[in-house]
Amino acid sequence: MSDKPLLRITNIDVFHGTFQALWDVSVEIIRGETLALIGANTSGKTTLLDTISGLLHPAKGTIEFEGKDIAWLDPYQIVELGITQVPEGRRIFPDMSVLDNLLIGSYNGSARSKKSQNLEKVYQHFPRLQERRKQIAKTLSGGEQQMLAIGRGLMADPKLMLIDEMSLGLAPIVIDELFKALEQIKERGITILFVEQNVRRTLKEADRAYILETGRVALSGTATELCEEDRVKKAYFGVEVCGV
Amino acid sequence: MGSGDIITPLVMGILLGGLYALIALGLSMVFGVMRLINLAHGDLVILGSYGGYALMTLLGLDPIVGLVISIPLMFLLGFAIQKYLMGRAFGISSEAPLIIAFGISLVLQNANQILWTPLSRALNTSYSNLSFSIGLRQFPLTYLLDFTAGIIVMLALRAFLIHTYLGKAITAASQDKKAAQLMGINTKRVYGYAFAIAMISAAIAGVFLGMTFPFTPTSGVSFLTIAFGTVIIGGLGSMLGTFIGGIILGIVQTLGGYFFGPASQMLIVYVIVLVVLAIRPQGLFGR
Repeated sequence: MSDKPLLRITNIDVFHGTFQALWDVSVEIIRGETLALIGANTSGKTTLLDTISGLLHPAKGTIEFEGKDIAWLDPYQIVELGITQVPEGRRIFPDMSVLDNLLIGSYNGSARSKKSQNLEKVYQHFPRLQERRKQIAKTLSGGEQQMLAIGRGLMADPKLMLIDEMSLGLAPIVIDELFKALEQIKERGITILFVEQNVRRTLKEADRAYILETGRVALSGTATELCEEDRVKKAYFGVEVCGV
Repeated sequence: MGSGDIITPLVMGILLGGLYALIALGLSMVFGVMRLINLAHGDLVILGSYGGYALMTLLGLDPIVGLVISIPLMFLLGFAIQKYLMGRAFGISSEAPLIIAFGISLVLQNANQILWTPLSRALNTSYSNLSFSIGLRQFPLTYLLDFTAGIIVMLALRAFLIHTYLGKAITAASQDKKAAQLMGINTKRVYGYAFAIAMISAAIAGVFLGMTFPFTPTSGVSFLTIAFGTVIIGGLGSMLGTFIGGIILGIVQTLGGYFFGPASQMLIVYVIVLVVLAIRPQGLFGR
């Protein structure tokens, strides 16, 4: 890990029309780490990911990726720079085959030339996708669809991967499998920013976390630091979330 | 038509259906990808007919050969319409592109009136009046050409959408625009290509239409109606479905004329369209 952040978000305000969703939010991601964003619904997590991805643009503040200002780039330019998003609800292309879904992930120029190597790696992470590569995507199970969504994101050959609500609606055994894959992905040197509502699990998997409340950063720190915060316990179910 | 002979109208209907499919493919594609009902589609097809007419009368080119020139021009026109008119209108509201399409339709009709007068024109070639026979029955050769062109364009569009990267990107953008953007697809550019490719099919459709029927500056409206019927039966966005929709519409029209007289043939067509809309609004082959 180097000290220079891979992504630096500084004091951004983001609006949906006239509704302000993010207030003066600053987030830094260091190369190689796994960072979690925690927060209730409507706390602004998805808005923050969509702003990094260029679907939304900040009204104020800056977003720098590898030292370059990306706040006003279009989504396809952001993908080309090496940031890919695995969106909430998976949003696979339902009527296309598994393989075509993966190939679409490598649509942008530089990823396309590496598509066979990346396809190989995706099949290593998720052998089931290889078995089902000819199947129509919408016929996959929920867990398999999430694997496909992550695999499709990896096909873009990212440096930073944004993963939104990966475990939503999935069985615990499937969630374990997905987190195991994330560890392998991290070992390949890909930085991961993920959004979760499952706080206990998140603090276990992440190096650091930011907690968002109604569009503002309420707390941030390493998992251990956050566990010591009474506020975390109180804010999230009032139970012991960090384990022993 | 010989009395009591049902084969002749049936074959005519199938062949005519190929032309209807050819006309409807571009409408179906633009709707499938952009959810835009392109009210100007009929007029853009007729623009293709006038393009063929211009190349034939000014340069003496056979209309089919003339496609070598008109296809690239229509491709560029389609890309420009999407980029400079529709693309911007999409940012305003979902109704704005519909109104722009209506505006393009009016502009084309009036421009064609000024350029070519309201007189009816036709693409007459050395083979226009030839016929071919199946057994003892004679059919116009142009109908066979229409059908062949319809199949070729349908298969080509299908292969393009299934097998090329750009085609897959167009399909992806039509299934989930946000996800396509997040996968690095420049949806604005992809929409431009989709519209431009629809215009290639319009250029081809215009030429074969002009070799089959006489056309005037306002003919686009009636062919837009036929194209609507075709995609409603076949299902918007599906190339194969659109083709089969065209065949069904052609057969319904000719058999309707055979059983109930020529005056009621289009009435029968639209009754069938309404029945399909009531029973299966996504079309016979729609998702």
